Amino acid sequence: MLLLAQLQTPDRSDSGCVQNDGFCPSWIFDNFDRYVDPFFQHIVLTIVPVVIGFAISFGLAVLAHRRQWLTGPITGVTGFLYTIPSLAFFFLLQPITGRGYTTAFIALTCYTLLIIFRNVTTGLGGVPVEAKDAARGMGLTDRQLLWRVELPLAMPEILAGLRIATTTTVGLAALAVFAGAGGLGAELDADYQFKSNVVVAGGLAVLLAAALDVIILAVQRAVTPWQRARAT
Amino acid sequence: MNQHSAPDSAGTSPRKAATLEFRSATKRYPGQDDAAVDSLSLEVPAGEICVLVGPSGCGKTTAMRMVNRMIDLTDGDILLDGKSVTESSPAQLRREIGYAIQQIGLFPHYSVADNIATVPKLLGWDSKRISARVDELLELVSLDPHETRDRYPSQLSGGQRQRIGVARALAADPPLMLMDEPFGAIDPINRERLQNEFLRLQQEIRKTIVFVTHDIDEAIKIGDKIAVLQKGGKLAQFATPAELLMYPNGKFVEDFVGADRALKRLALQRVRDIDLWKAATVRVGEPVAEAKAKLADSDINMTLLVDDDQRPVGWLADAALRGERVEKRLRSTAEPTVELDDILRDALSDLLASDSRYGAVVDGRGHVAGVLSLEVIGNFLQETPVAARSGAELVEDPA
Repeated sequence: MLLLAQLQTPDRSDSGCVQNDGFCPSWIFDNFDRYVDPFFQHIVLTIVPVVIGFAISFGLAVLAHRRQWLTGPITGVTGFLYTIPSLAFFFLLQPITGRGYTTAFIALTCYTLLIIFRNVTTGLGGVPVEAKDAARGMGLTDRQLLWRVELPLAMPEILAGLRIATTTTVGLAALAVFAGAGGLGAELDADYQFKSNVVVAGGLAVLLAAALDVIILAVQRAVTPWQRARAT
Repeated sequence: MNQHSAPDSAGTSPRKAATLEFRSATKRYPGQDDAAVDSLSLEVPAGEICVLVGPSGCGKTTAMRMVNRMIDLTDGDILLDGKSVTESSPAQLRREIGYAIQQIGLFPHYSVADNIATVPKLLGWDSKRISARVDELLELVSLDPHETRDRYPSQLSGGQRQRIGVARALAADPPLMLMDEPFGAIDPINRERLQNEFLRLQQEIRKTIVFVTHDIDEAIKIGDKIAVLQKGGKLAQFATPAELLMYPNGKFVEDFVGADRALKRLALQRVRDIDLWKAATVRVGEPVAEAKAKLADSDINMTLLVDDDQRPVGWLADAALRGERVEKRLRSTAEPTVELDDILRDALSDLLASDSRYGAVVDGRGHVAGVLSLEVIGNFLQETPVAARSGAELVEDPA
């Protein structure tokens, strides 16, 4: 049902501004409703791949932290996935997964892996050696060391990776229209010569990216209070 | 959750210190000809500080880290209260052994209180007991609990961090402490202060402590016993500080202890431990004849003017004894005055820094007790030390 929206071109009767593909505040005001569903699709297209991608790359990074030799191969594979042009990725997947969300999710998830994996790895690698030594020397098990010391201290780096991955995904999700998954990209594609349409659809994508970024930043500040503590 | 959480409340009944024994403890790394630690055998009685000292690469840190199995033994054994360290799991073992390292390794994301509470939390103490213990420890290391407990390590000075590191190592009242150059990263002035504080603390807590350092002066000051290690992890000598200074075992130890080892003995003795000279003490208005009699009876050819309370005022000039009664004509003030409780090395330093050949020695109430001179100290250094003490007994009382 949602997918049908993208097939309709914007309704462009009446005013001259609209006829001239201009930027028409009154048209935007009257037609804002049509962007609501694509906007929420875009949110889904962003959050689902980021969450799945985070789960996968976080797990891989923790694994590679224990078995260092895995870092190279994992970086290689995720790096290769990252270099595949997104349009090609969508079209390659379509014979297997068809048109729609599944195809978009798979491709968009793959693009988050490299960024998050590298940031989690860097974060874990940056934990001070002496803190780890003290932790082991006091009798923390490897698991306690990971959850109580290493991951909390890696948190700034991990969340920085999450921010980059999220912002990137908002942008890439605009291409999910080519996988038949809708989103704001579908609106853009429907009438890319009409300035009003481009400004609203594009603007909403930018707003979404900014809003998600601010949310993650707020989470980061909330979970890393020690980072703001400075000598008085 | 486990059996360790059962005894005592907020650490009010301290646990007994443990004995520690290295029994031919050996560490070899594959592919290396020399052992890192070569058949090390020594015993540390409960409540004593054993310093492992030696040049870098002598295996002192390796030897220490074998005790809590941060490094596993290749051969031999290490016994804690007669029980092999290999009998418990590393994590269990380590929770029973305090651990403080040079880089301190405080957790930057934990508050001071949470840092100190690390091991008690692992042992499953309840929060009330932990909180009381944290405050108790902060006071023990001379920090104000209210001001300090909620701070993060980044908000503390180096010295404060070091104290927190020691408090954290003491948190679960371990019967044994391992300390790897704990004062190594501190500037000399604060290091001296922390060492004194640490020795005072040790008088209170009486833990068995293995203390690693490369600094022989620190070893002499801190240790009840000193184990000097040489390259290849061989024990060159295991002795008290005084024995080490008097009778170094072979060229290596002699060189390591330093050419000034005779002088270092001065750090082990207090002014009250040596035979002082008798001074002629006179007061203003005293008959000169009496003063001259005292002078004849004293060990030096100078009279020391004192006030009515027997406190030193200054050395009299010859002119002061020319009349009938002693006049207040000073050759110099009584500086430097030395206290009976001063460490001999500091007294000598005061003496050298002043113009005077003699230092008036006063007791705790400020009364003259005798005279110290370079000659007195020289005589002492030529004697055989019978009653040389360990550094731990030499820390001045805070009072």
